[in-house]
Amino acid sequence: MSHAQESTTGLTEALLRRAAPTGTALEDLVVVPIFAVVVALVLGAVAMLATNVELATVGRSYVALLSGSVGSLNALSESLTAAVPLTLAGLGIALGFRAGMFNIGAEGQLLIGGMAAVIAGFSFQGLPGIVHVPLVLLAGAFAGGFYAAIAGWLRAATGAHEVISTIMLNLISYRLVDYLLRLDFIQREGRSDPISQSVLESAELPRLLAWLDPNLRLHAGVFLMIAAVVFIHWLLFKTRLGFEFRASGESPDAARYAGMKAGLIVVLAMCLAGALAGIAGANQVSGVLGRASPGFSAGIGFDAIAVALLGRSHPWGVLLAGLLFGALEAGGRQMQVDAGVSIDLIGIIQALIIVFIAAPLLVRTLFPWGFRKAERVVKE
Amino acid sequence: MDIELRGITKRFGHFTAVNEVNLHIRPGEVLGLLGENGAGKSTLMNVLCGLYAPTAGEIVINEQPVRFAGPGEAISAGIGMVHQHFMLIPVFTVAENVVLGVEPKGRVDHLDLARARAQVRKINDAYGLEVDPDALIETLPVGVQQRVEIIKVLFRSADLVIFDEPTAVLTPQEVTEFFEIVKSLRDSGKAIVFITHKLGEIREIADHIAVLRRGEIVGHAEHPNAVSEAELAEMMVGHPVNFDVNKKPYQPGAPMLEVKNLTILRENDDIAVDDVSLTIHSAEIVGIAGVQGNGQSALVESLTGLTRVTDGSVTFKNQDITHISARQRHRLGFAHIPEDRQRTGLIPAFSIAENMVLDSYYDDRFSKGPNMMWDAVNLATARAVVDFDVRTGSVFDAVETLSGGNQQKLIVAREMSRDTDLLIASQPTRGLDVGSIEYIHSRIAQARDEGDGVLIVSSELDEILALSDRILVMFKGRIIAEFDGATADKSIIGLAMAGRYEAAA
Repeated sequence: MSHAQESTTGLTEALLRRAAPTGTALEDLVVVPIFAVVVALVLGAVAMLATNVELATVGRSYVALLSGSVGSLNALSESLTAAVPLTLAGLGIALGFRAGMFNIGAEGQLLIGGMAAVIAGFSFQGLPGIVHVPLVLLAGAFAGGFYAAIAGWLRAATGAHEVISTIMLNLISYRLVDYLLRLDFIQREGRSDPISQSVLESAELPRLLAWLDPNLRLHAGVFLMIAAVVFIHWLLFKTRLGFEFRASGESPDAARYAGMKAGLIVVLAMCLAGALAGIAGANQVSGVLGRASPGFSAGIGFDAIAVALLGRSHPWGVLLAGLLFGALEAGGRQMQVDAGVSIDLIGIIQALIIVFIAAPLLVRTLFPWGFRKAERVVKE
Repeated sequence: MDIELRGITKRFGHFTAVNEVNLHIRPGEVLGLLGENGAGKSTLMNVLCGLYAPTAGEIVINEQPVRFAGPGEAISAGIGMVHQHFMLIPVFTVAENVVLGVEPKGRVDHLDLARARAQVRKINDAYGLEVDPDALIETLPVGVQQRVEIIKVLFRSADLVIFDEPTAVLTPQEVTEFFEIVKSLRDSGKAIVFITHKLGEIREIADHIAVLRRGEIVGHAEHPNAVSEAELAEMMVGHPVNFDVNKKPYQPGAPMLEVKNLTILRENDDIAVDDVSLTIHSAEIVGIAGVQGNGQSALVESLTGLTRVTDGSVTFKNQDITHISARQRHRLGFAHIPEDRQRTGLIPAFSIAENMVLDSYYDDRFSKGPNMMWDAVNLATARAVVDFDVRTGSVFDAVETLSGGNQQKLIVAREMSRDTDLLIASQPTRGLDVGSIEYIHSRIAQARDEGDGVLIVSSELDEILALSDRILVMFKGRIIAEFDGATADKSIIGLAMAGRYEAAA
């Protein structure tokens, strides 16, 4: 057990180092991700060919991927809509990375946050939207933050590794949501399956492009996303708290010697990360779904880990990565419709991107161009 | 074995670590290789051990040019290295460690430990090493562990034995015993390379001295007695060196820090610090001598508020501070130079400016409300960097790009550029070049002259002797002896460090 735990910790540390670079060269931040995406697309094509998809279909599916993600106003709207929760939850995970926490629990935090938001969304009759929407978002933030803080507190007080505890909390959250959805005051009237009441109209994030075409789903959450990126950037790089987060993440020992309170920082960082995931959940129920059903998180909390890794835990990088993953998701749906290729392929491509991001040396070997020649200076 | 290095050059990218080095290592002779950290000693020896392929030049063994594809080939050619950090498995016995990787096998392919033990005994007897083959490594003192490393090398029938900074972890008594072993190896015809930056030791043990600076051999001495320590130091550093620390006459003021009956338990309930009482006065440097691992680190961590005190009390300017936090102590005027600059003193990936405010970022000078005032930080850092002679291009550079000496000077700048009353410095000059050591010593002396109380913890006895007004010796968690700094005798302190000191003597 202790050995397994040790190796988990080692892997976690290796990933954290990759995820939260300080002073990494531009090429590592920009060139590697670009190549990673290219290689992933190429290998995705190989995967399709290997499963007896014809070459022409492969071509058609990539055209569909492109047109479905950026090819039309609707495609752009869908891409952005998908990008919002990925970016919000990704920011939370990136914040955790910076503070040295490997938070696997965004999925659970998102579920709990979403449930709280749904309850707030249908419980308060007659509130104006300008009050109700922020109330819903705050409910999501508080619930998600509280749920994540449990893992933070366990780490600070007992040393329980957050990777293990957040995974457990994820599993608990699935069942908790199932249970909550069957409670009388939450379950929709006249339904026997676990599904919640719909949020009131006043609690919905307003659709932005409904005046052009009522089918365009882009909603005000996109502003929330931008605001969150700016806020996290400010927090991490301009504030005392951000300095404490980064110092503890980079070197817990040095932070302790400098008089920083490690336990408090761990709990706070997890709490903020959970709040962002919770807002992502609230964003889904009040902007897209309108209600909660089992598994409404749809794996966003896990994809967000990939987004944070791809964005190198930098707020603006997370935004770009979130937009890319949003585009892949929207385009993937189109791909399935146009070319009949399974949407699972998108999952494969996303996974490949992460593999190559995590192994920059591999990318450097495959693509010697665009990199300065590696200098091997060995310290004495 | 007769080994010649001819024109050895090793480059890493554009950086030349070793340039055109010629060395002749003769059997039955100790070659002392002297140089500062970063002078290229380790790189040169790694070339000899087959870890690096030389960029140019050749290694000639007994008139035969050789080329090593890896460390394995160097070992089978008879080259053995005793590393500074031991590579032993603590839960294995001596014999098991010695045969690791070249285990003698019995008839049914089982591990023949009886033969291993016999071979260890044979080597023991041949060189007077006195190591029990059945002892567990973790139960052995460091000096004996080092002998196990020597047995390992001899077991692989090395004719050339390289020692990399072998005395760094030894007590003065252990050093004497170690030198006896080196001499017996030499007398049996082995060729020995002794790498060090300690001038006294090299003159004592080496038959021939080569001085390495910036990757080049800058001086030779055929007979160690033909050169003085000052001459060697000048060769090593490149300019004359002043070893004396200038400070005002010793006039201690009022007690600054009073420690009474301090006891600290480790996490596993072992006693780290055992009933220690000491007083540091204003304008006084108290040095704690002792071999590493005798409770000094725990003592320093508790005095700086990083670990909880189990029993006893600490007062600072007549105020009880036994249980206050590191930050509160920092505010009271504590300065702390931690023993491990890379791990606890600095964050290597952070910029110089960020490291400069690592423990004072919350201060009104550097932050306002929730916001950091990075402009003010950068300005203050730029000033301190100049004041404390930290050689760097810009305050935005990552600390990991600085040399060890400049990193340490940055810590000194951070801790001493504000108004302090008490400085606690742990291993303040470990692994630094002579220039940085001189500078940091002068800063510490200056703080004392300005009225600060200073506590120095160091395993370098020379450093303790050079700086301290009073010297305390720590052994197994206790303070077992106290000496006057001006009149202390190095060999008596050395005995005390090994636990052999009677208060009456």
